[in-house]
Amino acid sequence: MSEDKKVGIVLVSHSGPVAEAVVELARGLAAGGATAPMAAAGGTSAGGLGTSAELVSEAAARVDMGAGVALLVDLGSAVLTVKSMLAEGDELPDGARLVDAPFVEGAISALVTASAGGDLDAVEAAATDAYGYRKT
Amino acid sequence: MLDTDFFRRWMAATAAAVDREADRLTELDAAIGDADHGSNMRRGFAAVNDVLGKEAPRTPGTVLTLAGRHLISTVGGASGPLYGTLLRRTGKALGDATEVTPDQLADALGAGVAAVTQLGGAQAGDKTMLDALLPAVEVLGTSFEAARDAALAGALGTVPLRARKGRASYLGERSIGHQDPGAASSALLVGALAEAAGPTEGGGE
Repeated sequence: MSEDKKVGIVLVSHSGPVAEAVVELARGLAAGGATAPMAAAGGTSAGGLGTSAELVSEAAARVDMGAGVALLVDLGSAVLTVKSMLAEGDELPDGARLVDAPFVEGAISALVTASAGGDLDAVEAAATDAYGYRKT
Repeated sequence: MLDTDFFRRWMAATAAAVDREADRLTELDAAIGDADHGSNMRRGFAAVNDVLGKEAPRTPGTVLTLAGRHLISTVGGASGPLYGTLLRRTGKALGDATEVTPDQLADALGAGVAAVTQLGGAQAGDKTMLDALLPAVEVLGTSFEAARDAALAGALGTVPLRARKGRASYLGERSIGHQDPGAASSALLVGALAEAAGPTEGGGE
């Protein structure tokens, strides 16, 4: 994997503002150099609560640099929509992967790792690791 | 034999049934979900009607794959990818044939239901759409009426169950006593098969 190609990250939430805000939070916390591409795909195309396959597909295309795309999702229809898109095989870029991670914490770990040049496996491992961060 | 027109009539009859029953589906969803199943399904199948009119697919398989793709794009809730996967996989299983037998449809729908099972990770008795679809697929080879009755009975049979999947599962014991909205809409989808076959297919052999 060429070092100028970074893993792209897509955040799929039921809510547009939630997805946008988590992108902003992750970028803010991962700053210190150029960050990997990250896009929000929140809510429906009409701006309501839910999941839009179109928004997910556009966001994934936007962040794809050829090094893979990690998709982090919140609940229900976000999970099922991304899974069904992956199962079809032609709706997401090659190397797109649903990453099982906590949405906010995972997004930050994923972005830090991708920005440092980590490959898709490293990004997935970092995001999934966020489940192990105990708060009590 | 079931031709492309039969599959268009199936989708149109489903859209009409969903439109007619949207309020009831939403009421069922209000009890154990987030009260949008009727409006989501209505929006999805209206889009299916639209695209089938515009693009005029020429095989049974493409009618269903096109319908499935548009459900995933337009529904917004979990029923989008679930119904979208059901129809798309059923369509793919039908292949390029221009006409199919009821048995081939039964097999293909079985493949679609299996894909839904895999996607959602639910099983029979979890109080989901599968509780209507699984018994319907089992008897679909016999007649569409038998499938419709089995789906209806399956949907009603979800009332005493405790939800183990989806948003209703958060309610635990409180999900008992309500019919699952997904099973109810699946019964409409299966019932529309009999409607599509009714007037022009002569009601079977």
